[in-house]
Amino acid sequence: MSSPASTGTQQPSSTPAALIAFAWTLVGVPLVYGLYQTVKTASSLFTG
Amino acid sequence: MAVPSFLARERIVARPGFNRWLIPPAALAVHLCIGQAYATSVYKTALVAHFDTSLTAIGIIFSIAIVMLGLSAAAFGTWVDRNGPRAAMFTAACFWSSGFLVGSLGIATEQLWLVYLGYGVIGGIGLGIGYISPVSTLIKWFPDRPGLATGMAIMGFGGGALIASPLSRQLMDLYDPAYDGTAGTVPSGSAVSLLFLTLGLVYLVFMLFGAFIVRVPAEGWRPDGFDPSMVKKKSLVTTDNVSAGNAIKTPQFWLLWIVLFCNVTAGIGILEQASPMIQDFFRDGDTSQVALTAAAGFVGLLSLFNMGGRFVWSSTSDYIGRKPIYMVYLGVGLILYVLLATIGSSATWIFVLLAAVIISFYGGGFATIPAYLRDLFGTYQVGAIHGRLLTAWSAAGVAGPLIVNTVLDTRGTPGELVAGDYRPALFIMVGLLAVGFVANLLVKPVASKWHEPKSAPSTATQEASAVR
Repeated sequence: MSSPASTGTQQPSSTPAALIAFAWTLVGVPLVYGLYQTVKTASSLFTG
Repeated sequence: MAVPSFLARERIVARPGFNRWLIPPAALAVHLCIGQAYATSVYKTALVAHFDTSLTAIGIIFSIAIVMLGLSAAAFGTWVDRNGPRAAMFTAACFWSSGFLVGSLGIATEQLWLVYLGYGVIGGIGLGIGYISPVSTLIKWFPDRPGLATGMAIMGFGGGALIASPLSRQLMDLYDPAYDGTAGTVPSGSAVSLLFLTLGLVYLVFMLFGAFIVRVPAEGWRPDGFDPSMVKKKSLVTTDNVSAGNAIKTPQFWLLWIVLFCNVTAGIGILEQASPMIQDFFRDGDTSQVALTAAAGFVGLLSLFNMGGRFVWSSTSDYIGRKPIYMVYLGVGLILYVLLATIGSSATWIFVLLAAVIISFYGGGFATIPAYLRDLFGTYQVGAIHGRLLTAWSAAGVAGPLIVNTVLDTRGTPGELVAGDYRPALFIMVGLLAVGFVANLLVKPVASKWHEPKSAPSTATQEASAVR
């Protein structure tokens, strides 16, 4: 969901979609790595 | 205290058209880093061997950090609200990173006091400032979904531990080829020192990225289609503002302090003992039906529910309200604790299911509290109020393990305990949750005498005019 600012006296400018994608990727990749590693460990509860 | 102009709040006021979905990753960039605080067990044994000291002496490092978290969040909360998220994130990055670097030096030179000072004191200050830095900003960007917004950031704190644990193991394996992460092998002190150095530098870059992209909304900004007058219709949600100084004079603040303290103490009771607890619950003589590897899996599963609960329950609170969701955390949590104490040892799946839901409530309690504060006290100094409330976390961090360890010490020796030995501790937690439940029930709207005058300038305006 995108929510442009609706007030203000400054010149409007849109946030580049690439910057948003880059920022989410930068935090998402380590999070997915951590989730994967933890699920792998947690699975030993049911297999080990 | 003035900050350099490139960090100042007025430099990061968003232009019209700015997309608010850039703010959650900025917050996550900070919380994913400081969440490492929950992954200290990875190198605990290595530090015990390196410093040739006790587990207690090494455990103090973490305790100092958590106490400093509460103290710094309380002390710097107003400063954080006044100077904005970029200054706060930048400061948190410097402290958190410096803490690792000083700690690394302490390990390399075998000076334990330097690790206390570095990771404990300096890093702990970074933890406190970093934890509260993005919260009020997110609440202002997401007035329509404050629970979702704070849930996303504080979920990151849980996620930080999920990343740091395996990453630390892999890095120590890299720095000490003799260590392979399996039971019985311990990484060398130099490997832990290099790990601290690496984490300190990586976290600095990551957190500075968050500080670089964060923005605050312009005065009067609101999302398309959002009508603040609709928010007012919900009970307990105010459109007025209360300062941090006045908030701590209200009964509502102290009732929420009790709520957070009880919820966190009860959760820590399980988290601290997770691995030995599941083995003891299913012990038959000298051996347990649950193997050590399966117990480690249980700890991992709890981490997932801790993180997931932060996002799911906090987001849910946007729909059902903050007071009702805490009735669930504390009331249903209380019932689950009773079930854990009475029928928890009847089957492994029952034990795992009960513990997992309890821990999800523990995480949810952390993530929902900023939105609850915003409902009661408004957005004016919600970061500072949140900071002061986090002293409840510090107190619970001491009380939770103390209760469980004291009870277990009187019941027998580790490795010989059974489910019944945990019962007194679990029933103490039930009592605590009951106290928290009553405290939550007593929460009512804040009296109007504590509200800021309607004409009072906002934090942003105050800061901007002060700089001009």
